[in-house]
Amino acid sequence: MSKSNRAAFLLISLLVLAGFAYLVVVKLARNDGDALPSALIGKPFPAFNLSRVDDPAKPVTLADLQGPALVNVWATWCVACKVEHPVLNELAKTGVRIYGVNYKDDNAAAQKWLKEFHNPYLLNISDLDGKLGMDLGVYGAPETFLIDKQGVIRHKFVGVIDREVWRQQLAAKYRELVDEAGQ
Amino acid sequence: MKALLIALLTLTWTLHAAASFDTYEFKNDAERARYQRLTEELRCPKCQNQDLADSNAPIAKDLRQEIFRMFGEGKSDAQIVDFMVDRYGDFVLYKPRLTGRTWLLWFGPGLLLVLGGLSVALLVRRRRQVEAKPQQVLLSADEQARLAKLLDEQNK
Repeated sequence: MSKSNRAAFLLISLLVLAGFAYLVVVKLARNDGDALPSALIGKPFPAFNLSRVDDPAKPVTLADLQGPALVNVWATWCVACKVEHPVLNELAKTGVRIYGVNYKDDNAAAQKWLKEFHNPYLLNISDLDGKLGMDLGVYGAPETFLIDKQGVIRHKFVGVIDREVWRQQLAAKYRELVDEAGQ
Repeated sequence: MKALLIALLTLTWTLHAAASFDTYEFKNDAERARYQRLTEELRCPKCQNQDLADSNAPIAKDLRQEIFRMFGEGKSDAQIVDFMVDRYGDFVLYKPRLTGRTWLLWFGPGLLLVLGGLSVALLVRRRRQVEAKPQQVLLSADEQARLAKLLDEQNK
């Protein structure tokens, strides 16, 4: 092998190795705990036929959701949801549209919670057996989806939305969906 | 000491065995085996280092129930796996599918092995060439000519 050939071979090997190292480092750095990327990004919000939390006699379907909006999956048994709740209240006050999916919860407890801690939701869907949650790929609470005007899921956030998370990760995305809808 | 160790081992074993204990009535042993295999092949989305069969998380329980329900509907294994992937992504498969995003995962190690083997082969070949005819390999044509000239002059 001539000298230039050898240099090229070394360079290529180095590049391949650097590529692998880059992938490993980037993937590890981006692995923020246990948040999974959602398989539903870019897909329409799943259809459902459930009842409302505030009035279990009233049905609620996909047609009742009007994006752009947040769809927040919560439950009274979920401790983290309690932490998140005041932030949702604040967001609702600033005009952010929020729907709730009350996930595998006791409906009376959910009604009590909303009365006691204020209700930031435009509408709350009662997902007693967790079927809608399953269709959404929910594996814990709280989880929050961003849906656009057409009802397509555009983003998912797993965990508690606090002010920091909203400001840094979600506000711009929500704004984008609102702007898009206004056009 | 030995007795304590055995007691501890027994205890951990029973805890493990009790981790997920659902009572499903299967039609036959083949279906039970199928259920066993599927729940071991699919990963619990919540507790990411456990399979569905092993996990005690509520979501794993729900998904096991869903799998059992789909059995009743006569769904095939592929349909059940699709159901899971549609909702939770490729992540839930312990054996990832071959897609544009996973080809590196599948072929990366083989690729590295081939590259490594190639490097070794080239190094060995070069080493052999050097040992057989050092001047021809190590010196450029000019240098060889100069060397020949020098040797000629010395031999005169």
